[in-house]
Amino acid sequence: MGSNMAECHPVAFRWPLKAKSEHGAVLMHVDPRFTRTSALCDIHAPIRAGTDIVFLGAIINHVIHSERWKTDPFFREYVVNYTNAATLISPDFKDTEDLDGLYSGLSPDGKAYSNATWAYQREKPPAPATKEAKTFTDLLLQRIPGRPKTDPTLRDPRTVFRILERHYSRYTPETVEQICGCPKEKFLKVAESLLNNSGRDRTSNITYAVGWTQHTVGVQIIRTAAVLQALLGNIGRPGGGVLALRGHATIQGSTDIATLYHSLPGYLNMPDARKAHESLKDFILTEAAPLSTSFWGNYPKYAVSYFKAQFGDAATRENDYGYDYHPKITGDHSHMPMFIDMAAGKIKGFLLMGQNPAVGGQNARFQRKALAKLDWMVVRDFFETETAAFWRNSPEIRSGELKASEIKTEVFFLPAAVVAEMEGTFTNTQRLIQAHDKAVDPPGDARSDSWFSFLLGKRLKELYKDSTNDRDWAIRNLLWNYEPEAAEAAEWRIKDEPSAYKLLKEINGYTWEDRKPLSSFANLKEDGSTACGAWIYTGVIPEEGKNRGKSRKGDDWISPNWGFAWPANRHIMYNRASADSSGKPWSEKKKLVYWDAAADSGTKDPAGKPVLGKWVAPSGEGIDFQPTKAPGFRGKDNGLGFDWLSGNDAFIMRSDGKAWLFAPAGLVDGPLPAHYEPYESPVKNLLYRQQSNPVAKVWKMEGNPYHKVADPSYPIVLSTYRLTEHHLTGAMSRWLPWLAELMPELFCEISPELAAERKIRNGEHVTIRTARGEVEARALVTRRMQPFLIDGKTVHEIGLPWHWGWQGTAQGDVVNNLTPLVGDPNVSIHEGKVFTCDILPGKKGGRA
Amino acid sequence: MPKGMFVDTSICTGCKACQVACKEWNALPHEPGHFRFDPVEKRPVAVNFTGDSYDNTGALGATDWRRVRFIEQFSEDRSRGRWLFSSDSCKHCNDAGCLNACPTGAIVRTGLGNVFIRQDVCIGCKYCIPSCPYGVISLSEATGTVHKCTLCNDRIHNGLGTACAKACPTGSISFGEVADLRSAADKRLAQLKGLGYGEANIYGYKEAGGLNVFYLFLDRPQAYGQAESVVVPQKRLPVSSSVAIAGALALGGAALVSFRERGSREENEEVKK
Repeated sequence: MGSNMAECHPVAFRWPLKAKSEHGAVLMHVDPRFTRTSALCDIHAPIRAGTDIVFLGAIINHVIHSERWKTDPFFREYVVNYTNAATLISPDFKDTEDLDGLYSGLSPDGKAYSNATWAYQREKPPAPATKEAKTFTDLLLQRIPGRPKTDPTLRDPRTVFRILERHYSRYTPETVEQICGCPKEKFLKVAESLLNNSGRDRTSNITYAVGWTQHTVGVQIIRTAAVLQALLGNIGRPGGGVLALRGHATIQGSTDIATLYHSLPGYLNMPDARKAHESLKDFILTEAAPLSTSFWGNYPKYAVSYFKAQFGDAATRENDYGYDYHPKITGDHSHMPMFIDMAAGKIKGFLLMGQNPAVGGQNARFQRKALAKLDWMVVRDFFETETAAFWRNSPEIRSGELKASEIKTEVFFLPAAVVAEMEGTFTNTQRLIQAHDKAVDPPGDARSDSWFSFLLGKRLKELYKDSTNDRDWAIRNLLWNYEPEAAEAAEWRIKDEPSAYKLLKEINGYTWEDRKPLSSFANLKEDGSTACGAWIYTGVIPEEGKNRGKSRKGDDWISPNWGFAWPANRHIMYNRASADSSGKPWSEKKKLVYWDAAADSGTKDPAGKPVLGKWVAPSGEGIDFQPTKAPGFRGKDNGLGFDWLSGNDAFIMRSDGKAWLFAPAGLVDGPLPAHYEPYESPVKNLLYRQQSNPVAKVWKMEGNPYHKVADPSYPIVLSTYRLTEHHLTGAMSRWLPWLAELMPELFCEISPELAAERKIRNGEHVTIRTARGEVEARALVTRRMQPFLIDGKTVHEIGLPWHWGWQGTAQGDVVNNLTPLVGDPNVSIHEGKVFTCDILPGKKGGRA
Repeated sequence: MPKGMFVDTSICTGCKACQVACKEWNALPHEPGHFRFDPVEKRPVAVNFTGDSYDNTGALGATDWRRVRFIEQFSEDRSRGRWLFSSDSCKHCNDAGCLNACPTGAIVRTGLGNVFIRQDVCIGCKYCIPSCPYGVISLSEATGTVHKCTLCNDRIHNGLGTACAKACPTGSISFGEVADLRSAADKRLAQLKGLGYGEANIYGYKEAGGLNVFYLFLDRPQAYGQAESVVVPQKRLPVSSSVAIAGALALGGAALVSFRERGSREENEEVKK
């Protein structure tokens, strides 16, 4: 669901296919279109784009009322022990059932929620373990909250379970038919398959990608799947889980090592001038205190080690490890607001590496015009992308709206190296780090992005080396020791590429004094004696010279010796849950991690006798739990992190050690997923008065017009997506004739019903229009697209693959000319998967 | 022992990696007929959208030795629907019409059973083109000779498999000894039939003397554009020759009779004047 895996992850798709053809797995595809994925699945359930929460919520409702779920003791044991189903929520909490689509806590201006009423009921805070606060850890120990109150019988109406049950009570198969347009029988087939294939002996997996993320409710859609899987006992178990397919090569790595503006590497938060982040102490208290009873209790160690890795010797206890000089964000600097600032002339310079917003950006015309406001722009890519060429041949130049002579942007185009021309690692789906070797030098002046950044940093450091300004302290003291060793550069023409090994070692972490790599994040310290770029990667280089990313010994299952899965080579997170509450495997068939009471734990008791009992995983899988904590262990009420967590607290990254069916914190748009219509929709929300996500990121301004709900001028639902034959904006694929001739022209997939209505014939040109722009495409009339019957009314849906631009060997209009700037409020991702439009036969009539 | 390929269309995802791998290994250019030239940017621009599902290749050709077919089968109410994929190429027939027709002996069968065109011998006479029951072989304007899949002749004679089989991510295309491939295919067919795929069939055990590149189809071969009763033209030689000769005699006889009659009519008319 939310994914077209066969088309977009064709190599990985062989695994589900193998499960199907060799092991009898049932594959189900829930999607508005019948795609190449659907063709290989056993079931295709069609749904209108953007209605995923209705579908998933209805499965939740179906499951928890089913005979099987209510009577098979497995589900009760898993849910009560490993989820927060039994936790009691504040009596002040009001659900969407109470407030017709809103939660309690919305500010009077309707712009933001306070989550105070979503909080757990708790016991009184315990007496702190320490009177004096000598370290950051001590500070956290002084603030341990009281344990959450629970009712394990799940009868109290304030339990998460009862709230959830009520919340989804109107999500029925009839609702699915009415809102999603999916026939009841199809829906029930999917729901029953999932339910029957979950339990002690069988597990089910839900896999998703940008079909779920690119919505104003993207995060909540994914949450619904997580809630469902937790209720089915599928999390932390082999063959179970919620799997995010990571798309670009190393996109997982890019979020791990923080190309996201609001993160530091390893998913620490970025220092933020708007928060209580004045000093390092404030930063740690604000960020870590709410998480201190989870494994994040180690936050001070990760944070200090990160700053030590950045500033080396210049980072000392006295200067808070350079915290004060580290940049802080001052607002939402994600892609869309950044371009809005650019359009307003607030951004002077722009560096783009392998990014092509002239085609890939929402409301692409808006973004292209914003580029003209820059003083300078550097584009690094293999070919002259649309972004690099915007100033001379974009549609805005051709129409005369922009004149090249009036654009003051100085554009630098630098050739980039491709993957085979550089050494490094990819981190992809399943958090797997795989190293890749350099095969050849790039041609001519082409260089890797690492080379560029490394040399740019060196020159900047040189420029600022004599500055006495406080704000230049950071660049002057930035640790920048990536010079390659002679052996690393010997066989190559290009001698000044930074050392891939040194970069990875810094990310991995090492003890500062002797520069020895650390083998585990358990050895990170908050006293400045360790440096670590990203704590989650610790262990990829466990000793000098050994890069586990290079190992390539696979087996038929976990394959612990193929690459390195962070954290600590754990492939299935929360795998404590693959054993029951007493530590025994749920079944022989699904055995993964379990408690071996007779094994030597490796420690001795005061009498000198070996302490017995530890968790074991014969497959070599990393154990995502404290290795010697017994299943029955009761955590310390005033302990930190692992000390606080008990033997059944499988979800060690959550502050209560439980899977969150209800999220009391961390999300800005609600503790439970609720169905909101996409921001542009042809129909009203049939479940609530609240039409769309009340706190979605919306920019009502000149140049970014939105369509009204059920706007008669734009009655058709449009979804954008990808093909196997092209990659993203086509910067890597539309220039290759072999790929260009596979998918040469932009086409629009239309159902025969809509084609007949609009007098559109297969192969002819059509024009698709929104208030933002129009594009011309070839019509591909196919029954793989279908109209949906929504509450008795026919709603048509069409689709456009968005790879095309005016450059390259496969050329076409930019589909993102149609999309508006609108996004998810938690992570700022754009709503690219669904909006409204109109379609007409014929070309645009020569308009650019 | 002949080598060949088994194409299990039931696990083909229509990704076209096979098409690209083939071009890459054989250094085939893009199909010139698919592009126009942009004089401003000085680049070829692809213009070959066909509107035929996801297949813009259209047919096998001198530069397209592999081509994935896309077959959409949907009832109007969508209650029944499927999308079939099949990666098509030369089938390296045991009784190859092209080889039989070639007057110069340019088309040969190697010791591994594949049918191979020797480019330095081919004179471009095109006799092979209508002789292929599958429309596989094509003339290149650029070289003046005909081309088709070689079964990666250079790779297979050096211990490697075909490029398409190597690139295929799902194992839909597998390369090996034909005898081994046939047992694997039989097993897979039995498994699919057991799962209720009643129409599944193997195509290539009997056709054209047996195909070294053979298929597992989920529908009748006709649905995949493959002839159900394949006739290598040379097999019909006695019949077609007889028909041709008899036809020529009949035509010649009729002409003689007709001219003779006309001649005597003219004589009669002259006399009448």
